[in-house]
Amino acid sequence: MSEIASTPQAVSLGRRIRRFMSDQPLVPLVILLVLLVVLLQILRPGIVNERWIANTVKFAIPLAILAGCQTMTMLTGGIDLSVSTVATMSAFIMASLASAYHPATAIAIALIPALLIGVANGIGIGIFRVHPLIMTLGTSLIGTGFLQVYQRTVISTGTKIPDFLTWLGTGLTYGFPNALLLFVPVAALIIFTLNRTGFGRLLYAVGDNEKATRLSGVIYSQVIIALYVVSSLLAGVAGFLYVGLIKAPSSLSLAEPLLLPSVAAAVVGGTSIFGGRGGYAGTIVGALILTVLTTLLTILQMPEGSRRILFGAIVLLVTAAYLRIVEDR
Amino acid sequence: MTSVIRRQGWVSGLVVLLALLFVVTKLIQPGYGAGDFGSLARAVLPYAFAVAAQTIVVIAGGIDLSVAAMMALTSVTAASMMNGASEEFAALVVVFVLLMGFVLGACNGLLIVVTRVPDIVVTLATLFVLQGAALLVLEAPGGAAAEWLKALIVGTVPIPGVPEAITAWIPKALVLLIVCLGIVWIPLKRSRLGLSIYAIGSSELAAFRSGVPVASTKIIAYALGGLFAAMGGLSLTMSTGIGAPIPGPYLLASVAAVVLGGVTLGGGRGGLVGPIVAVFILRLVRTDLTLLAVDPNVTTIIEGVIMVVVVMLGAFIAMRGRSS
Repeated sequence: MSEIASTPQAVSLGRRIRRFMSDQPLVPLVILLVLLVVLLQILRPGIVNERWIANTVKFAIPLAILAGCQTMTMLTGGIDLSVSTVATMSAFIMASLASAYHPATAIAIALIPALLIGVANGIGIGIFRVHPLIMTLGTSLIGTGFLQVYQRTVISTGTKIPDFLTWLGTGLTYGFPNALLLFVPVAALIIFTLNRTGFGRLLYAVGDNEKATRLSGVIYSQVIIALYVVSSLLAGVAGFLYVGLIKAPSSLSLAEPLLLPSVAAAVVGGTSIFGGRGGYAGTIVGALILTVLTTLLTILQMPEGSRRILFGAIVLLVTAAYLRIVEDR
Repeated sequence: MTSVIRRQGWVSGLVVLLALLFVVTKLIQPGYGAGDFGSLARAVLPYAFAVAAQTIVVIAGGIDLSVAAMMALTSVTAASMMNGASEEFAALVVVFVLLMGFVLGACNGLLIVVTRVPDIVVTLATLFVLQGAALLVLEAPGGAAAEWLKALIVGTVPIPGVPEAITAWIPKALVLLIVCLGIVWIPLKRSRLGLSIYAIGSSELAAFRSGVPVASTKIIAYALGGLFAAMGGLSLTMSTGIGAPIPGPYLLASVAAVVLGGVTLGGGRGGLVGPIVAVFILRLVRTDLTLLAVDPNVTTIIEGVIMVVVVMLGAFIAMRGRSS
């Protein structure tokens, strides 16, 4: 009896904690998030209240949506660096059309370039097998060029943000940000797609073992094209939301500052950049962590330079630590 | 053996393309002469160093996203240290900045080896860090460069006994580029280390089993990449006379030129000559578009399309090569 009872004792506590964490990757992330909030409360007592939380969530949502694009593409071993350009394009085109057309029409038209970029990415990566990083960087360069040319042609018409986007981006209802109305269904849809549908399973499968997937009859290029189109459209939606939040419709670098944080949020959230592992729930926590971190660094009154340094260091540290935890099985 | 022929074929194809482009340029602008060639060489300089940095890392099987940020940091460091300093002190600054690039590059490699995080993520993180550091050194474009450094890339090299009509076509910038790259690349290519770099890029496991010190070779490859990036940063300071903390468009350009130059992403294949010729081609295309009075924004679009098409073509050829 004593022998049986002592067997579990042989595994040290540290190892058991690690094993638990690798089985439940969300737990260490949530702990990190709580620690950051506590640290914030200690540094600036009283800052953590309902308004602050609503504000943090509001700013985390566009980041989380863009990070969703990264999560889905990373699951297949890819990455989408054109999301910020697509978001900026959609927002700018929508704002420039909003004064002349009905908002719904403007939004529909503004999503066309997003669709095109998504298709181009998908064809380049899925059929020609260009490295996703390079392909999406290239299309984002082309997109920026088109946007600059377009801006010169519409400079006279002016820009306008439809009222409901401002309401959606900045408004609060009973203390809850209205943006949640958009985000909760989107997040639910992404999580549902990844976990419960054939398409989601295909994404994991392609990222995990492309050759095996191909041999089991999956047409790689179709999956990839569909994926990058979805990613681009999602980025466009994030652009609409972000322009309602930031209220800078004529900016041509609107969503640019969100690009690298969106990659970081997905990586911090535990999605492997090599594909096949990760999920959207972790990414959402990752986006919240990065938003709280930004607040923290702002409150410490660090210059922009040190903030970036710390940001990079933390992304590297968290990724390395996460890799250790997951590998140590 | 066939791969050697194919590679040389690729490079000579690029040279022919470059020559054709020069003919086109001459047709567009009949007055295109030695002076214009000199300014082309000056414009190419930072790009060429960025490409060299990327090439060596890609051959070793990695990718360095921090190239442009590294150039920005080394450029602002050089510019702010030379600000108000004497001409002689500038020589020290050059040595210091080159050393800094080497060490920072080695840090990249060390982080990749030690943390075992994919190199894309590591260099993405160091991109943030280096960018931040550049902003700490100089918040806005500023600083200064020593006169002799600036003079190093302006004008031509007079060779005694050679008529000026010929020396006019040898801009100092081009000579500087060839000397700087050659000093590092030629001994490297002939050494055991150079072979090791190709080996780990080709197959890390096979290299390890053949007794190649994979970790230290990788670190050195990244360090040499950092050294080239520092040269690029210095050349930026030389040509503008100041340092700017915001990285230029060198990352995408360097990757595109590497691919166009016949170096396969994934490592182990290619040389330095191809990418350098490729970067001249890409810059000359831009010059031609400017000469044709194309809207600069449209030029950006065309450049982007060329790069995307080039990488698509490169990937397509690599795919065909793999399947055959």
